[in-house]
Amino acid sequence: MGYKSFDEINEKIKNGKAVVVTAEEIIGIVEEKGAKQAAKEVDVVTTATFGPMCSSGAFINFGHSAPPIRMSKVWLNDVPAYAGIAAVDAYIGATELSESRGMEYGGAHVIEDLIAGKNIRLFAESYGTDCYPRKEISTYINKNNINQAFMFNPRNCYQNYSAATNSSDRILYTYMGTLLPQCGNVTYSTSGQLSPLINDPYCRTIGIGTRVFLGGAQGYVAWEGTQHNPGQKRGENGVPLGPAGTLALIGDIKQMDARFIRAAVFEKYGVTLFVGVGIPIPMLDEDMAIKTAVRDDRIFTNVIDYSVSDGPRPVLRSVSYAELRSGRIELNGKLVPTAPLSSIKKAREIALMLKQKIMSGEFFVSQPVASLPDSNSINKLEIRGNGNEND
Amino acid sequence: MKTIKLTMYFSANDITKPITYHLIKDYNLQVNILHADISLNRVGKLTADITGEERDIEAGLKFVEEQGVKYKLFTKSIIWQEDGCVHCGACTAVCPSGALRMDSDSWSLTFDREKCLVCELCVKACPLRVISVSL
Repeated sequence: MGYKSFDEINEKIKNGKAVVVTAEEIIGIVEEKGAKQAAKEVDVVTTATFGPMCSSGAFINFGHSAPPIRMSKVWLNDVPAYAGIAAVDAYIGATELSESRGMEYGGAHVIEDLIAGKNIRLFAESYGTDCYPRKEISTYINKNNINQAFMFNPRNCYQNYSAATNSSDRILYTYMGTLLPQCGNVTYSTSGQLSPLINDPYCRTIGIGTRVFLGGAQGYVAWEGTQHNPGQKRGENGVPLGPAGTLALIGDIKQMDARFIRAAVFEKYGVTLFVGVGIPIPMLDEDMAIKTAVRDDRIFTNVIDYSVSDGPRPVLRSVSYAELRSGRIELNGKLVPTAPLSSIKKAREIALMLKQKIMSGEFFVSQPVASLPDSNSINKLEIRGNGNEND
Repeated sequence: MKTIKLTMYFSANDITKPITYHLIKDYNLQVNILHADISLNRVGKLTADITGEERDIEAGLKFVEEQGVKYKLFTKSIIWQEDGCVHCGACTAVCPSGALRMDSDSWSLTFDREKCLVCELCVKACPLRVISVSL
């Protein structure tokens, strides 16, 4: 039996009586008062992350022109968008590159510019139909003159992620940043003890329909994220020891704030999007107090060698986030500098902002309408054909 | 008083000469060594800030040249536009001198210009493109 229900917590939020703390603040409270007392006193714990998340993008409906066009190919500021849906709907993916500027500008920049209220050049082609006779259109759009623009990110909020290093003799340019030769550095990318799914490792409170802070707006968990893998090995505290759960998120771009959605370029890798996400965790019972009090020294991940690409990347060692955040770790007998890729500073800002919004009655917790799958396996893409199509 | 930043390149034979000692003692220069990679029988290099009167610096550089030591003055500097920075830390992964580092309390990026070797690795490593190099 829980101490509190979602409704009871929302009632407190409505009356301005909810006690809300961040996932960093809860650690000291549980250590000082114990989980049982902390669960009674605290109503909501806010978690957050601000990291590069490639699997992001936005659906846009441009509105109809006169005469109308069934757009079959669409470019936004020279970045191709997917238009194989209805006449004036398109999906702009974060990692799509500009056809004129290459890796310096991409779908993520289009999304950031849209949020910032800038004008974006829309160019579209069509084969023309009786109902949609126009064959080409060139115009400018912004977030106020289009119908809908909503972010739909197939995979955000990775529950833990492997740290990266490079044992080869050359620099590797990766989505995990620039990896120096001979294990010259280690990069890592989660907000650790502040990270949403690390604070609710079995997704007891986070599921389909959960209201979240997405890029400054109120968004929702739409589905399990792609590559959702709750079957990952876990530590005694339930926290996965490698990449595990993920979330598909949805939210209104028109309500977003460009401070929390930022386009990024990883050298010789491409374009990606820094996405700011905050998720409130309702303190239902003592178990949630124990889970949200997780500390960086109890969260572990593997250091993976990115120089191996023709098979599974070898694990060089297991490491805690406290060690990673200390600035150096031991690897093969030498001290190697570590660097984050996910901004702890911005994650803290989001966790604090979400805390304020809940305390002022602007943001409520929500009971999931359905749970995320608690078992799932990850399939590999095998090379099939010529007799083994069904393997 | 003026400060210049330079890297001196020593051939394998040069390293027995106490160049830094002479710059300090004979030319009244302050030498702040930022980075050094010197060992016996190998080509080495030393990066330093040198502070002193303009004429002393000129005379010191002439002395360095006379010793057969090549040097390169730093004419560029790294510019960090803090406003656009998200403090992710990706640049700290490649910074060899520790000029760019994360503050362990605030998790803000800090930039210590004095330690910067202007290697420019951070310019490409910054995903937000807020680090650039100026002439």
